[in-house]
This record gives sequence, C-alpha cells and structure tokens, in this order.
Amino acid sequence: MQNAENPAGPEAHAQAHAQPRYMVVWGALFVLTVVEVLVAFFSGIPKTILIILLLALALWKALLVALYYMHLKWEPRRLWIVVMSPLPLILIMLGVVLLEAW
Amino acid sequence: MSSPAAAMTVDTRRAPGIGVYNMKFGMWVFLLSEVMFFSSLIGSYIILRFAHPEHFGLPGQVLNVPLTGFNTFLLICSSVTMVKAFAAIENGDQAGLKKWLIGTVLLGSIFVGIQVFEYQLLAHEHFVPAADAYATLGRDGVGEVVGGPLYGMTFYTMTGFHGAHVTIGVLCMIFVTIRAFMGKYSQANHGGVEILGLYWHFVDLVWIILFTIVYLI
Repeated sequence: MQNAENPAGPEAHAQAHAQPRYMVVWGALFVLTVVEVLVAFFSGIPKTILIILLLALALWKALLVALYYMHLKWEPRRLWIVVMSPLPLILIMLGVVLLEAW
Repeated sequence: MSSPAAAMTVDTRRAPGIGVYNMKFGMWVFLLSEVMFFSSLIGSYIILRFAHPEHFGLPGQVLNVPLTGFNTFLLICSSVTMVKAFAAIENGDQAGLKKWLIGTVLLGSIFVGIQVFEYQLLAHEHFVPAADAYATLGRDGVGEVVGGPLYGMTFYTMTGFHGAHVTIGVLCMIFVTIRAFMGKYSQANHGGVEILGLYWHFVDLVWIILFTIVYLI
C-alpha cells in the first residue's frame, strides 16, 4: 500500500545522496557523437577496426545513458541482475544470426 | 527470537522483493522485452546485410547523415531535459518540472518531425520501403546508387519502429506535462515522472545504437 501512495518514496534515499552532473554526461554524449561521425567518415581507418571502434563508442554512450540518466548506478543489486538478464540472450541470438550469415 | 512487535517493524526505505517499487519494476521488465525486440530487428539487419551486400548501399551515399546527426543531437538534448525535470521534482521545484517537461515535449516532437521530413527526402530520392530495387540519386557527387529491396525494408522497419516509440513517448509526455500543470506531482510522489523518464531514456539509448549501426557503419 505504501508503494501505491508514495511510489518514489522507497528509493528517495538512494537518489538523494548524489545529484549526478547531468550536463557533464550530456557533454560527453555530444562529444562522443561528434567523434563517431568524424571517425566514420574522415578517419580512413580499415573497415573492421572502424566497426569495432564505432560499436565501442556507441556502447560507451549507451552505458552513460543507462548508468546516469536511468539512474542504474544507484539502483539495488537485485535490479541489476534483472536488467543484465537479457544480455546473454542477445549474445546467443546475435551469435546464431552471425553464424547463419557466414 | 524477535518479539512480535519487532517482527512487524517494516523498513520503509526499501521496497520488498526486487528493491524498487512495483511500477518501476514493471517498466524495467517492459524495457527488457523491448531490448529483445530491437535486438531482433538489428540482428535481422546484420544478417541480411552480411548475406546480401548487393542490396545495400553505403549509408553515407544513400542516407542523409548530417540531418540525422542533428536529430541525434536533439534526442540527446531531450534526454537531459527529461532528467532535469525528474531532478527538479525530486527537489520539489514545480516550475522547473513544468519547464523541463515542456522542453522535452518540444524536442521529442521536433525529432519526430525531422524523421518524417527525412523519410520524405529519401522517398523523393527513390529510396522507398518496398520497391523491387532502388536507384537513389546518391550524395556527395557519387552519382546513382543502386541496390535491392532489403535495404529499404530493414531501414524503414528499424527507424520506423523507433519513431513510433518516440511518438508514443511524446504523447505520454504531454499527458504527464498536463498532470504536472494540475499539480499532481510532488517531492514525495513523482513516480509517474520517473517511470516515463525511464522509457524516454531507453528510447534515446536505442537510437544511439541504431544511429551507429544504420547510419555510420
């Protein structure tokens, strides 16, 4: 019942301790996006290394969004376990898909 | 052995079970199903692009990367306005909540508008979802770019589903903004803002991955 009346209440303590620097994260996302575009079109890096580099930059940006904007960094460990559960499934699916492609 | 009185004491700082309140956990579970949904779309794109490279042109030659790059910038900005709205109501700042929510609605709407404009441009250049083949005008003076139907199908499916998610997000955002103007949220009760924020940031996260895979690689 308490949850229904005060949904943000139970975790208020978890987020109250630290107010992340949202603008710093925004700046990082912007800079990483610019770097991605520049690397993709003006670097001349070999294709395979380019793909790995671009995917790494994209995952870095996605991680910043999940950790700071979605506040995953301050969530209970039990939620972390739930959130991470699709990752092995994705790896299996993409692995099978890529094997199929080759 | 603890006394019955002690056994009934509840730690109100933590929700039972997973450790977050039910609505939030529900949104996370929904988002995880969305992860699998978009992964299947991206996986399909990868397998088709590897298996049938003749269908696919280089993104820089077919798609309008500068326009979409600007759109990506807008979506990143909308994420920060959303999280600012959440931070505002966490501090009891009602004016800040309304201001940042309106900013998010505007940025999200502009994103959808630009995506529609992008589709119009691409269709005008003969890059359409389900043609037997396409022969776009090409960019940067490369001349005509020729390919098969798989490129258009996968491109419009992935970006279209994402655009639909953003559109639904904007509609929900308008609903939450109206409720914010009605004074429905407070420092003690702002679950709705947090739940919508999770969805909005997820949509941003998906775009970050899509932009790289579809427009840059």
